[in-house]
Amino acid sequence: MTPMPMTSMPLMEVKNLTKRFGGLAAVNDVTFAVAEGEILSVIGPNGAGKSTLFKLASSFLAATSGKVFFKGEDITSQSPHIAARKGIVRTFQETTIFRNMTALDNVVVAHHLRSRASLPGFFFGTKTAREDEGRFRESASEILDYLGLGDVKDMVASTLPHGHLRALGIAIGMAAEPQLLLLDEPFAGMNSEETAQAIRMVRGIRDRGVTIILVEHDMSAVMNISDRIVVLNFGKKIAEGTPAEIQNDEVVIEAYLGREDESEDRTCTLKP
Amino acid sequence: MAKVKTALGASLFLLVYLVLIPWLFRDQPYRLGVLTTASVLSLISAGVWLMFYIGRINMGQGGFALVGGYAAAILVSKLGLSFWVALIGAGFITVVISILVGLPLLRLKGVYFSMITLSLTETARLAAQSLSSLTNGTKGILNLPLPGAVEIAGFTLIPDFASVDKHFAFYFLGAFLTILGFAALYRVVNSRLGWLFRSLQQNEDLASSFGVDVPRLRVIALAICALFAGIGGAFFVTMQQSVYPATFTFQDSTYFLLYCFLGGLGSVWGAFVGTFVLFLSFEMLQGLNQYQPLIYSLIMIGMMLWLPNGLLSIKPPFFGPGEPKKEEARP
Ligand SMILES: Nc1ncnc2c1ncn2[C@@H]1O[C@H](COP(=O)(O)OP(=O)(O)OP(=O)(O)O)[C@@H](O)[C@H]1O
Ligand SMILES: [Mg+2]
Repeated sequence: MTPMPMTSMPLMEVKNLTKRFGGLAAVNDVTFAVAEGEILSVIGPNGAGKSTLFKLASSFLAATSGKVFFKGEDITSQSPHIAARKGIVRTFQETTIFRNMTALDNVVVAHHLRSRASLPGFFFGTKTAREDEGRFRESASEILDYLGLGDVKDMVASTLPHGHLRALGIAIGMAAEPQLLLLDEPFAGMNSEETAQAIRMVRGIRDRGVTIILVEHDMSAVMNISDRIVVLNFGKKIAEGTPAEIQNDEVVIEAYLGREDESEDRTCTLKP
Repeated sequence: MAKVKTALGASLFLLVYLVLIPWLFRDQPYRLGVLTTASVLSLISAGVWLMFYIGRINMGQGGFALVGGYAAAILVSKLGLSFWVALIGAGFITVVISILVGLPLLRLKGVYFSMITLSLTETARLAAQSLSSLTNGTKGILNLPLPGAVEIAGFTLIPDFASVDKHFAFYFLGAFLTILGFAALYRVVNSRLGWLFRSLQQNEDLASSFGVDVPRLRVIALAICALFAGIGGAFFVTMQQSVYPATFTFQDSTYFLLYCFLGGLGSVWGAFVGTFVLFLSFEMLQGLNQYQPLIYSLIMIGMMLWLPNGLLSIKPPFFGPGEPKKEEARP
């Protein structure tokens, strides 16, 4: 498959988005857009508001003010399942999976939106419901194979190693066939080899026609994978541009270096 | 092979439940009545079990059962409807009330939901006491008629309960409703609905991230739970031929939880096994009645310490083809 062509209308547009928790503006007047087929990264120091931005974009949180448009439609502050129905699916920063189900079952369940049967249809086990179940199993296997989880399909999720769990989180996201996939730190806790592999997979997902926004602290991964980057600091957008532009942006360097005393090396190195 | 085993187990169970037990107790109406009560209590507990299944602890099932009981009693005594219509009506009314109550309450999670359902039984009791124009207040509604005959085109489907041995009639009706209820529960758990419910139990946020309408599913689970309570309550009240505000108390609500715990939350039959084991053991140890709450509490604590997954998690070496273990493999 080839990358989707860029179109003039952005797939998602975030306008003056603000989220306050009490006195704290976790996301403060943020505006940006993502085009179809793009991989856009959102970076920023710890607590900059990246995850909060994702929750606003996927309606997991209600915005204090500002708007989120998806394909031109205002979808601000709806319910998460409505956002998913429109084609926006997020993954979680903390590894979030159904721990007591096998890897395969995790992904089968996540096919929910694609089922054609109604709830009574499930109950009575109609032909449609049974056919769907078969299709979901096939498709889930395929997704797991694609993400390199083919060998651990039948293992209970809680017994899988961390790297596999991150991938399983992405597999669950893919199962819903989103148009826009929001990945919150997909490479967290992976070694460089695993990261390199995961980067190839994320590219592959984009090449299947899924637009991707990701939050990530691994700068070399971000610079490698992103078409464009948005930088947040204290809830505000301080820069936006291509990886090359961001690496040489004075304000960005300042924001990152200003935190060097926190000795979190992952937030300090901008250069890959 | 598994299918054959399941079918064998089910037939064996039905044989015992529908033939052997009524035959053994044919001359002991009191004991048969106790067994009928155990059936209907297990049906009501099955609703609580389903709420556990989506990760909610429902401490208000007694309240729903009371609503069902009063609904049936009022439909029969005030509106003069037949028991059979009232039974369905009671189920319907209880479901509607559970939806109205559930829409706001189900937003609460964990202990907050349990705490608020704790007050439901008490609320139902107070309502039964104070709406005396409908419920006769503390005096209750007495002398409810026995279920009449059901005839279709001159053919008697169900005989008038007054014209046959009513203990047998109630036993079979109770068993029928219980079998129907547990069969429905089995279907729910083993269909895609079961997967969705399990996904709610494990992580509601993750489920909603791929498009599951979590609030709606929670309400559906509560509605099914309340349907079991409503039907069970209506049946129980008709069997007793009376209903009082104390027909189902707060204590009953907690016993339903205990029955589920005892039987096990991992198997569909948990509520059934738990209710029969505990309720019948107590009936056999009549002298201990005054210590019942104490003993139940001790059992509850013991269960949590030594048998957190319930009786059905025990696998004796020679276990017949009885309990289907399918859903236990994927808790
Ligand atoms: N539910 C909440 N209630 C109150 N404050 C919150 C809540 N969620 C986030 N915050 C605060 O908002 C700020 C932004 O948090 P957020 O999780 O969005 O940061 P982040 O950029 O994702 O950080 P990290 O890189 O550590 O994941 C933080 O100061 C955080 O403490
Ligand atoms: Mg975060």
